[in-house]
Amino acid sequence: MLMLALDTSTSAITVAVHDGETVLGDHTVLDARRHTELLAPGITTALAAAGVAVTDLTDIAVGVGPGPFTGLRVGLVTALTLGHTRGIAVHGVCSLDALAQGAGIEGDFLVATDARRKEVYWARYRGESGVPTRLSEPVVGRAADIPAEVRALPVVGRGALLYPEALPDGGEPLDVYAGDVALVAQRALEAGEALPVEPMYLRRPDALTTAERQAAVERA
Amino acid sequence: MTDEPLVLGIETSCDETGVGIVRGETLLVDAIASSVDEHARFGGVVPEVASRAHLEAMVPTIERACATAGVALTDLDGIAVTSGPGLAGALMVGVASAKALGIGLGVPVYGVNHLASHVAVDIVEHGPLPEPTMALLVSGGHSSLLLVPDVTDDIRPLGSTIDDAAGEAFDKVARVLGLPFPGGPHIDRAARDGAIEIDFPRGLTSGRDMERHRYDFSFSGLKTAVSRWVQARQAAGEDVPVADVAASFQEAVTDVLTRKAILACQEQGVGHLQIGGGVAANTRLRAMAQERCDRAGIQLRVPRPGLCTDNGAMVASLGAQMMAKGRVPSGLDFPADSSMPVTDVHNEPAGPASAHDALHAG
Ligand SMILES: [Zn+2]
Repeated sequence: MLMLALDTSTSAITVAVHDGETVLGDHTVLDARRHTELLAPGITTALAAAGVAVTDLTDIAVGVGPGPFTGLRVGLVTALTLGHTRGIAVHGVCSLDALAQGAGIEGDFLVATDARRKEVYWARYRGESGVPTRLSEPVVGRAADIPAEVRALPVVGRGALLYPEALPDGGEPLDVYAGDVALVAQRALEAGEALPVEPMYLRRPDALTTAERQAAVERA
Repeated sequence: MTDEPLVLGIETSCDETGVGIVRGETLLVDAIASSVDEHARFGGVVPEVASRAHLEAMVPTIERACATAGVALTDLDGIAVTSGPGLAGALMVGVASAKALGIGLGVPVYGVNHLASHVAVDIVEHGPLPEPTMALLVSGGHSSLLLVPDVTDDIRPLGSTIDDAAGEAFDKVARVLGLPFPGGPHIDRAARDGAIEIDFPRGLTSGRDMERHRYDFSFSGLKTAVSRWVQARQAAGEDVPVADVAASFQEAVTDVLTRKAILACQEQGVGHLQIGGGVAANTRLRAMAQERCDRAGIQLRVPRPGLCTDNGAMVASLGAQMMAKGRVPSGLDFPADSSMPVTDVHNEPAGPASAHDALHAG
């Protein structure tokens, strides 16, 4: 197994090459606005650091979000196109699961990332012997609207940094690391799980159909 | 002939996911996936809807293009992609996909200008472009008059719309007339049964405007005039003669476009006019341009309607010209630039200074 893993759902544009045992090489840069410019050079840098040719890759894993749409799509289309070009499988991983993997927390905790518009993407996890299990489906909403007993848990991701009053027990990591995307993908593949590459948008596009606009006018 | 570059072009600047493959000056395939039906529900293009559709359609459209052309990805010599202007989020899907192809295949990637591609597409239709060529590009996103000495390197904007694009005016007038989105084809069809008898204004054609905005266009006043005319009819309790309004509006648009384009050819001493962009599919514009060019002794070049609207073949055609002329590839770190000026025909890689810095940074 020679897996290229990448994620663009948080502020990190992160790439890693993983051989099933360990990360052979990686490249991560923090820039929430320049995915288009930085991801492709990041891939070539990570491959070079690992001493791996693109033709040697056997698998690709990509974080499918949730995350801000524009950056998220850059990672997804890159993974899908590269996989098609090389004729290798592409596996989708929930990006919050990768953050949970990086947290290394035992017991219950919360992953909350920046969803912009004063909201967070979040899900609750339980760590046992270094393996986090997701207890709830990822959702988007205001940090203050998360149930109080959940908000009191330890938090990883930028959510706690942005909303410390609602999420007081924040810690690292703040962003996804591609090495963790690879780990989560490999564990799921070993368990025989399907890993479809479906973006987790969790929000509808911001637009009203002509029919909805008409209905709104009639209601007013 | 086999040394002609085989180039795949990707276009995602608006609502069409286009993938075309060109060998030199020969079109092999032009594959398109459109999300226009989804946008019709919203009465216009919704950027986020377009971007989501691009992501879903990207790889299947690449696959379809290769299968139809009988080309294996590994045969390709280069990749070209629209890097701007256009909808930022939509452009990013195409640019990222093109770079992944470049990495996976080990071939150069060219980020190219959308408007220049509209000009270059005519090479696969009518052969090499005369240098210089005058280009009139009219669509929902742009209305420009360009002097093109070299489509790979030297494009000079002479004029453009100062308010709405021509295609935008078609969409808005269609809405006023109760015709569906996109407005262009529906107005074209309605106008066939109409009489040109309403005298709508020709923007920026009066004496003073011809001094200050000689090659510029304006369609916002025309759109307002049409909607006032229709409202007055409705207020008087009369039926709106949709076909006549459509025909008269279309006549006003095509009159100004062709008049200024031919004037530019004559004043700049250019013997060839090329028309491109979605509005170039309009039957009245094509007929009027032909008539007036014939009279003025100007050679008119208009690609078939399918190559006038946004497509991947036009991007591939410009990419093939870039490779044939030995232009330097764009590298892997170029951005999607929603407001890319037409004078930037392609993304040049960072200069020697920054390349030097990068070498010594680590
Ligand atoms: Zn266009």
